[in-house]
Amino acid sequence: MRGMWAFIHKLGSPPWFFGFSGTLVRWLLPVTVLLLAVGAYWGLLVAPPDFRQGNSYRIIYIHVPAAVVALAGYYVMAIAGAISLIWRIKMADVAMRAAAPVGAVLTAVALVTGAIWGKPTWGAWWVWDARITSMLILLFLYLGVVALFEAYENKTAAAKACAVLTLVGTVNIPIIYKSVDWWYSLHQPASLKFTGESAIDASMLYPLLVMIGAFYLLFAMSMLLNMRAELLWQHRNAHWLRQRLDVS
Amino acid sequence: MPSVDRPSLSLLAAFGRQFRRHGQALMASLTDVANPLLFFFMVVTLFPLGLGPDPLQLASMAPGILWVVALLASLMVSARMFASDFEDGSLEQMALASHPLSVLALGEVAAHWLATGCLLAVVSPVFAMMLGLPSQGLGVLVLSLLLGTLCLTLIGAVGSALTVSIRRGGLLLSLLIIPLNVPVLIFGTAAVTEAVMGRDPSTWLTLMGALAAGMLALAPLAVGAALRISLDS
Amino acid sequence: MYFESLAAAWHMDGHGSYVWMAYALTTMAVVLMVWLPLARFRRHLRWVSADQLRQAGDSQL
Repeated sequence: MRGMWAFIHKLGSPPWFFGFSGTLVRWLLPVTVLLLAVGAYWGLLVAPPDFRQGNSYRIIYIHVPAAVVALAGYYVMAIAGAISLIWRIKMADVAMRAAAPVGAVLTAVALVTGAIWGKPTWGAWWVWDARITSMLILLFLYLGVVALFEAYENKTAAAKACAVLTLVGTVNIPIIYKSVDWWYSLHQPASLKFTGESAIDASMLYPLLVMIGAFYLLFAMSMLLNMRAELLWQHRNAHWLRQRLDVS
Repeated sequence: MPSVDRPSLSLLAAFGRQFRRHGQALMASLTDVANPLLFFFMVVTLFPLGLGPDPLQLASMAPGILWVVALLASLMVSARMFASDFEDGSLEQMALASHPLSVLALGEVAAHWLATGCLLAVVSPVFAMMLGLPSQGLGVLVLSLLLGTLCLTLIGAVGSALTVSIRRGGLLLSLLIIPLNVPVLIFGTAAVTEAVMGRDPSTWLTLMGALAAGMLALAPLAVGAALRISLDS
Repeated sequence: MYFESLAAAWHMDGHGSYVWMAYALTTMAVVLMVWLPLARFRRHLRWVSADQLRQAGDSQL
């Protein structure tokens, strides 16, 4: 327990975090690339086609991981925001700001791949499907956070305002998702029902799990890289940073 | 003789004073109260012009049209909710007061809702009849708008408090609060549509009521925190 | 491998263009997600080293 608290305490210290994240990223980069490559190869070329949708279902191996991690990313942002508001730790501000663009890009990836998947499945690039509509709203939520941060000139206040916004958003996200689900089932035309509740076969499930893991690592890595760039700029005149850069 | 460190007003009295103050300011400029109604009226006029005058088509779309326009009208008035208080420094006085800022802000929000959302809900049957909404939907429309505009105003208050210190924050405000307003729109249109179809809309009205109650409890906290941040920036 | 030839994998019974387009766009996004923060990091690093040179020059005078 004591070790964990010491670790959490150290995370808040910029010099220690800078060193730690540097090592972490060096390990994360090859592992992430390897997992992405394995998952993509497995999903694209090894897994059998879906008996109803044929080969177009292979987009699931990027669409679902992107959507899952994009949603999780909003919660990461909200947790960082709560830490920033309650304990006033500067590192949490940096983490929140770093997570927002990564989450927004992943949401966009989920939307675009969903649209491409929709063309052979439904015959249209865009269909107001419950999940796609929810992702679109999630994209607006992410863009709102980024835009609010940029609109404030005082960046400490910007981080606090974004923290409040993400917490409000976090309370609302389950309600939004649920309401969009109900909205869809209220209006659902029978012809669009194609995802029956069927158990997914293991030969299709394993590559999906690999890809979900890979996307989580990708999110963590991109967020860490963003944080390092931001820390470098915030502490560009600090003694500890200059010393460290002299050595390397 | 009220002491300095003890509030001289009860919490309820402080709430009421803020409510009256904001209400009087709104009443003083009748355009602020009339503008959203006029906006509602004009946008409702645009739909038949855009969609064609076919009464059947308009009637089937009326629940959605009325709710979307109500949402936009609430968006329009939200932008100015705390603006004058911020500009003339009375927001700083509120923040320094011994009463919680969230309660004082809620007083203003209540006055704001009464003058905009509540009024709009009461007047809405006129516009609904212009669009040919079947009469069995009128009561549910008013009820759903009463509850729904309460939610819209509370969300709008959070957005307004977050953006009040930003110049030209209007567009930003819509980006912040439109996604949060989605459940209100869905519950509202669903309730009216069900009523028009002759089915029981109580599920959707209950959901809307639950949403309003939850927001009434949580939104003031967010508004208070956001106003303090805006004052610090 | 499920497919019998590379051409079959490319074609995917008519769905190839959709699947490969989705994967190509995602690859681009992934590269951007890594490359953009790295580029920003390197830009800031250059600023710091230039500043260090400036200060070293000042102290010699």
